[in-house]
Amino acid sequence: MPTPILQVKDLHTEFLTDGGVVKAVDGVSFDLYPGESIGIVGESGSGKSITALSILRLVPDPGRVVSGQVLFHDQDLLQISGEEIREIRGRDIAMIFQDPQSSLNPVLRTGFQVDEAMLAHGKSRAEAHARTIELLKQVRIPAAESRAKDFPHQLSGGMRQRAMIAMGLANAPSILIADEPTTALDVTVQAQILELLGDLNRDLGTAIVMITHNMGVVAGLCSRVLVMYAGEIVEQGPVEQIFENPQHPYTWSLLRSIPRVDALRHERLRSIEGLAPDLLHPPAGCRFHPRCPFRIEKCFTDEPRLQEVAPDQLAACWVTMGRARKEMGADDLIDIRPGAGSGVRKGELTD
Amino acid sequence: MATSVTYPVPGPGPAPALGTAGFKAPAQASLWSDAWRRLRRNRMALISSVYLVLLVAVALVAIVHTPYSYREVGVATPYSGPSWAHWFGADILGRDVLSRLMVGAQISLIVGVGTQVFVVAVGVPIGLLAGYYKGWIDSVVSFIINVFYGIPDLLVAMILLLLLGPSLNNIIIAIVATRWMDMTRLVRGQTLALREREYIEAARSSGAKPAKILFGHILPNSLGPIIVQATFGVPAAILFEAFLSFLGIGVQPPTPSWGSMAAEGLAAIRIAPHMVIAPSIALSLTLMAFNFLGDGLRDALDPRQKR
Repeated sequence: MPTPILQVKDLHTEFLTDGGVVKAVDGVSFDLYPGESIGIVGESGSGKSITALSILRLVPDPGRVVSGQVLFHDQDLLQISGEEIREIRGRDIAMIFQDPQSSLNPVLRTGFQVDEAMLAHGKSRAEAHARTIELLKQVRIPAAESRAKDFPHQLSGGMRQRAMIAMGLANAPSILIADEPTTALDVTVQAQILELLGDLNRDLGTAIVMITHNMGVVAGLCSRVLVMYAGEIVEQGPVEQIFENPQHPYTWSLLRSIPRVDALRHERLRSIEGLAPDLLHPPAGCRFHPRCPFRIEKCFTDEPRLQEVAPDQLAACWVTMGRARKEMGADDLIDIRPGAGSGVRKGELTD
Repeated sequence: MATSVTYPVPGPGPAPALGTAGFKAPAQASLWSDAWRRLRRNRMALISSVYLVLLVAVALVAIVHTPYSYREVGVATPYSGPSWAHWFGADILGRDVLSRLMVGAQISLIVGVGTQVFVVAVGVPIGLLAGYYKGWIDSVVSFIINVFYGIPDLLVAMILLLLLGPSLNNIIIAIVATRWMDMTRLVRGQTLALREREYIEAARSSGAKPAKILFGHILPNSLGPIIVQATFGVPAAILFEAFLSFLGIGVQPPTPSWGSMAAEGLAAIRIAPHMVIAPSIALSLTLMAFNFLGDGLRDALDPRQKR
């Protein structure tokens, strides 16, 4: 096993609000290996973006990384000075954002902005400019020379995202964190961008952390996946394994809610019952229990820890889908209201 | 953006046939040229610009030549009205009013533009720092701004001029001291809003230094409002200088200022009304021109108006 390039250990990020402390990231740990591509999936508010921002210490106010370690080349990114982390941003670890429309400065020419990413790390203007054209070609922007002179509003959404990726790649970082890079794009452009990221991952050996709520994106690009729920990782493992045999009921519900072309014509779209939990007052016990069809008494009171449920696959669940299938008939379950499979409805009385 | 103007399409490839409709302006024809195009369509702003260009020309000419010396007494009969020899008549001491107006234009423009240069130099950096770093810096800056707003303008200017003495430089200092807050507050507000934009986050994530973010990203995005604010600041400063000179604590004789000329004329308004009317009209036209230009710039630089 090679050594990880990035190790996140027991990361806790909190937001101090008027209503109290929101634990947006609550004890997240994972390793990223060189050249690997991992996906972090979860609903809005599950803490996946904040996890990514915490790695580069870019958490917006009033957020604060309160504990944990982010180890990169044997140094803890959470402990080094502001100047040192600034050197690492963009040079070793780059980030691309969700909305290419608003991630490019509207008053500066696109090529100039790609130049800037290199100027921040000690290249000369001339060197940077030559490489910008090369980069724009690499991300397959046609007529790169003239596009570099365009302002962002003169480019299409897909081209803007390509320009963002070019900015991300400018200093040949070893890690690229992509925060929902395809969400704002239409489907065909999404596919092109994913293909591009896949190629870059393969050809340049850039490790990619892909943050998304889209299981399809993960399936297409990543080798490993982390599933987050309410600030915690609830399941992780190799992509094929997770897709074929999810062990956490949340992962199972997520995969089950992907619309299928071969579904019966009048079948209703499946969703996950209930709402994402209020992180100001997270539920006791397992955080998913208020929505879980397979919860048992223990889930209401005791919080499960991640444990190995199959080789390389970890899940934080007292029941796990193996048991839910065998004992609760999960595969035939149509009614997936909370407690439907297990018959434990107690929660509905107290909730 | 329906326009009959045809732009050449940039970039490589064969040149487009003449008359090919330009759906998109070429890269260079962005932002500023868009604004310029919109400004030109605003008739009042255009007329004002022409007036101001003429005013600047007159002020420049006055450096090397005026019809008569602005300070020579008795070139005409005191109190005499407009004539061919003296278009705007003469004042109490028989000095030529037109020549004095021309020199007065210099004073007004120097004070108006000069104060805004300093207001920008002071307000922009302070506003950027306060808006970007927030926290105690912002608290201190906001407190000082509020204190300055609390004290009457005139009091601040009078005290400063009494302490420093009434020279042209000191008048500018005094006006800056009473007018820097608007610009600072504007830039602070802009920065507060812009710092939360995704492209600022993106710049930060690519390792940009704070100075780069402030002056390379936030400042260019606030340039429109800053220009408009400065343009409106010019007539305010000119008026304030005229007011100070009217009170006698501004530009000192024999140097003419439109304000002091009006004050002198006021004493003789019954027998020589042109002495009040001439500087007042010059002042009013100039103030109006700057305000119309400011209005036009505000509309032209507003990115939401893509006409």
